[in-house]
Amino acid sequence: MNYTRIVWAHLRKDLRLEWRTKDSLNGMLFFSLLVVVVFAMAFDPTAFPTIARQISGGLLGVAVLFSAMTALNQSWARELNNHVLDAHRLSPAPASALFVGKALANFIFVMVVELVLAPVFTLFYNLHPLGQPWKLLIILPLGTWALVVNGTFFAVLSLRTRNRETLLPLVLLPISMPALLGLIQATTAVLTGEFEPTLWIKVLVAYVIVFTTACVLLFDTVLVGD
Amino acid sequence: MNVISIREETTRTTNTTPAAVRLERVSRLYGSFVALREVSLTLPAGSSVVLLGENGAGKSTVLKLVSGLTSPSYGRLTIFGTPPQQQRGRIGTMGHAPMLYDELTGMENLTYFAQLHDLGNTRSELDAVAAAALQEVGLDPSLTRRVSEYSQGMRQRASLARVLMAEPPLLLLDEPFSNLDFGSAHGMVDRLLAYLATPGSDGTPRTLLMTTHQADLARPLAKSTVTLSAGRVASISGEMRTGDASAEASS
Repeated sequence: MNYTRIVWAHLRKDLRLEWRTKDSLNGMLFFSLLVVVVFAMAFDPTAFPTIARQISGGLLGVAVLFSAMTALNQSWARELNNHVLDAHRLSPAPASALFVGKALANFIFVMVVELVLAPVFTLFYNLHPLGQPWKLLIILPLGTWALVVNGTFFAVLSLRTRNRETLLPLVLLPISMPALLGLIQATTAVLTGEFEPTLWIKVLVAYVIVFTTACVLLFDTVLVGD
Repeated sequence: MNVISIREETTRTTNTTPAAVRLERVSRLYGSFVALREVSLTLPAGSSVVLLGENGAGKSTVLKLVSGLTSPSYGRLTIFGTPPQQQRGRIGTMGHAPMLYDELTGMENLTYFAQLHDLGNTRSELDAVAAAALQEVGLDPSLTRRVSEYSQGMRQRASLARVLMAEPPLLLLDEPFSNLDFGSAHGMVDRLLAYLATPGSDGTPRTLLMTTHQADLARPLAKSTVTLSAGRVASISGEMRTGDASAEASS
């Protein structure tokens, strides 16, 4: 059984389901755009360009994290409909492939939202990065994957609980703090140019390696657990 | 303690072949509610058993345990000699829910599951397996309707196609005839009879364990019946020798 092909089958299925329902993307886009617009109205970013650069990283982090949360719950809820998750538990395909496929799908959904968010952010906050903007091409995917890989894992853990919508943020937020901090600090470093983002990129890389490995190794136990 | 041993006259298994299903003093509790009480049951490979009983008698619990979707609170359960969790892919389960994605078509669903069961290497091979499985249950593979737009009977048949497509040696069916009209139900019985008559690719005779409230429909399939009541075996009938039960109990 080819692992990559199984991951691709899960990923393609999730992309197809999202394309047909748009359940996750619509909610995420609405929420993240709301955050950007509300904060842009709360103060005049064009009058305080330095402050705008300093807080934009944090705003982006908040928008991404909370919008991702809605998608994470939604992605596993699909598997509960018609008890499809039971079919996965009985299938001979490696359980971790299901996890990797779903995490990749969630990663793509959040990246799509970030792509839409980037020009809106630049426009509303009149942003001109003073650091090296190309580093955002490393920081944003790394930070997004760090949030999504944990979120996908903890979302399946909370699946069988009664208040899973409440439980997921309670579990995910504390454990995602280092990743969130890394994402925010590295983004702020690029936008303000006041310090180098290298240290925070290293933090993100370490976080991604450790948590991706742990989640992939533990997923089988979580899936087949009673 | 209920101890039932089912021996099929026609079984091709030898004494060295592990039983398809073996429950030894299995109990299952949900909180303080006892769904199953110290049930012992042995199904040799090739047997065909129908579980009967009222709602809440424990029929679905037995199927969930045997499939490995839940574990016994007490007792020991093996499938072909190992815990059910080690038999993933060899146990085909059709439950009350179809275990299909509503937003995909029947063909898309089956192609996806065919890939998870490693039933083909190329796209065309997977499509061929899925199309054949749908045709065998009387569904048109070219149907572009999503499963959410299927009737209950069509969902049931698509679910059966998903299960049979992987050719599992152990088949677990929970109320397979509910929501089916008379003709469709008989069609499903015929399909199951044909499936059970053919041994698997490794020569293992196929085993069926199913629950139903429609005993008349299940009669052609049922070589043995076990009636459950309040989590215990109330009666047995068909090709069973209860004499084995006492021997097993004393051992």
